[in-house]
Amino acid sequence: MILNMGPQHPSTHGVLRIELRTDGEVVRAARPHIGYLHRCFEKHAESVDYPGVIPYTDRMDYVASMGNSLGYALAVEKLMGIEVSPYVQTIRVIMAELQRIASHCIAVGTYGMDIGAFTPFLHLLRDREKILDLFEWTCGARLLYNYNWVGGVSHDVPDGFVKAVRQFLREFDAITYPEMIDLLIKNKIFIKRTAGIGVCSPELAVSYDLTGPNLRGSGPPRDLRRDEPYLGYENYEFDVVVGEGKFGPRGSCFDRNWVRALEMKESAKILHQAVDRLEKMEHTDVHEKVPKRVKPAKGEVYARSEAPRGQLGYYIVADGTGINPYRVKVKSPCFTAMSIFHVLANGMYIADIIALIGSLDVVLGEIDR
Amino acid sequence: MDAPSIHGRLKDRFGEKIVAFQAEALQPWAVVAPDVIAEVAVFAKSDAALAFDNLLCLSAVDYPKEDPPRMEVVYHLFSYEHRHKFVLKVHLPREGAHVPTVEGTWAVANWHEREAYDLFGIVFDGHSDLRRILLPDDWVGHPLRKDWVDPDFYNGMHVKPTPQMAERAMAGEKIGVGPFDFTPPNRHVDE
Repeated sequence: MILNMGPQHPSTHGVLRIELRTDGEVVRAARPHIGYLHRCFEKHAESVDYPGVIPYTDRMDYVASMGNSLGYALAVEKLMGIEVSPYVQTIRVIMAELQRIASHCIAVGTYGMDIGAFTPFLHLLRDREKILDLFEWTCGARLLYNYNWVGGVSHDVPDGFVKAVRQFLREFDAITYPEMIDLLIKNKIFIKRTAGIGVCSPELAVSYDLTGPNLRGSGPPRDLRRDEPYLGYENYEFDVVVGEGKFGPRGSCFDRNWVRALEMKESAKILHQAVDRLEKMEHTDVHEKVPKRVKPAKGEVYARSEAPRGQLGYYIVADGTGINPYRVKVKSPCFTAMSIFHVLANGMYIADIIALIGSLDVVLGEIDR
Repeated sequence: MDAPSIHGRLKDRFGEKIVAFQAEALQPWAVVAPDVIAEVAVFAKSDAALAFDNLLCLSAVDYPKEDPPRMEVVYHLFSYEHRHKFVLKVHLPREGAHVPTVEGTWAVANWHEREAYDLFGIVFDGHSDLRRILLPDDWVGHPLRKDWVDPDFYNGMHVKPTPQMAERAMAGEKIGVGPFDFTPPNRHVDE
């Protein structure tokens, strides 16, 4: 039987249609159809100037906008040879890690909800709200920030920001994190539901260019923050969490989700160190290095950064004449994660498909761009 | 390995088929003849000294103003084992561009190539499932080409509504989504 899942299915995390060829309850072939949310990002990018692209990047992965604009800003800075001050770098690290926690709150929370655990979702969304408040306080926006500019950030952090982040971290360490572990990760039903399905071997993951928590769930400890540090990540102490296969084969849906959950703790570790540094640091103007006119010389660059969902790559071609980018191509981590879907879905039960989609943590805005 | 020695290793193996090498660029690249790109891919992945097991990105770029006008497919390679990167490029003619697929080497290329086909019209020979991916199946043309002109209609819907159209609609004229009692002017069978 052919079964259409989506495009308006609540647990496909956006408008995704999956065509399932089933034999009874077992999926024999799966074919994802994407493109329902295609907003011509790459075409738009060619018709606005370099800073003008940043609001569009925010709208790709709308759950983790900071990571997107950060990747773009880093790419253009690499192209132009701009080096931002340590103060701005630290602010960017703080924002990126806060965003990572917020994004994983959504990922882990909605994953629980997909397969029937409603309570953790509410707890995690409650705490994500605190991060959004911090962002709103800093730059005025709660979802789409336009915060990371080429050569700087749009606003300096407000007075008392460090104290507020500390307060948030105290709550996170004492309440949010243990609660999440107790309510969801250690939940027997949740483990039984996810630990044996969707197993992805490391070789398969690398061949399909899975990155971020999806790759680390299969075992390889690959994290760009550690392997190719940017923004001074080499000066922070944190562990790269990998899937351990505690309750079943390594690389299962549970492991991918487990990596996300434990990564939030690591992000909190980085945040503790970053706010300590920010306090002692000499303040510089956050617009100091923002160029009056962004016009890179002829050239091209492929720059990647570790966004919450994996490695986000920007390939930017500058022709040296116009103020618009000649070409911007985005390699989004969700795009490659979705391309492995038909392999993992083969032979699964229909009900487990939901668990698989959630564990890959795709955001359709980024797949379709 | 640094970029010149990677290029040297490819040059030793493929000789004249490695057409050019740009060492001055921010990220050095080599231009490969289109007919051998699949073999180069296999070699780059299987050779122990190169071991490019990861295709970071596959993009297409359109250069209509270059002499001669060309289309490029750009492969960004990365090796998890040796932690080195390299860029391969393929130059294609703008019309009727086709190049062998590399999906047999890196599975992720399947979707990247579909995207390049969808938005640029580059045909990947031997691809297992070359369909449109982001745009609807009945879309005509390839919008990221530099000579792209927006169509007026898509399936009977106006793509770019104008204030005049709003006035006409207010006056009772049937405009836009509707009972499709007319043939859209630019609707023809997809190639």
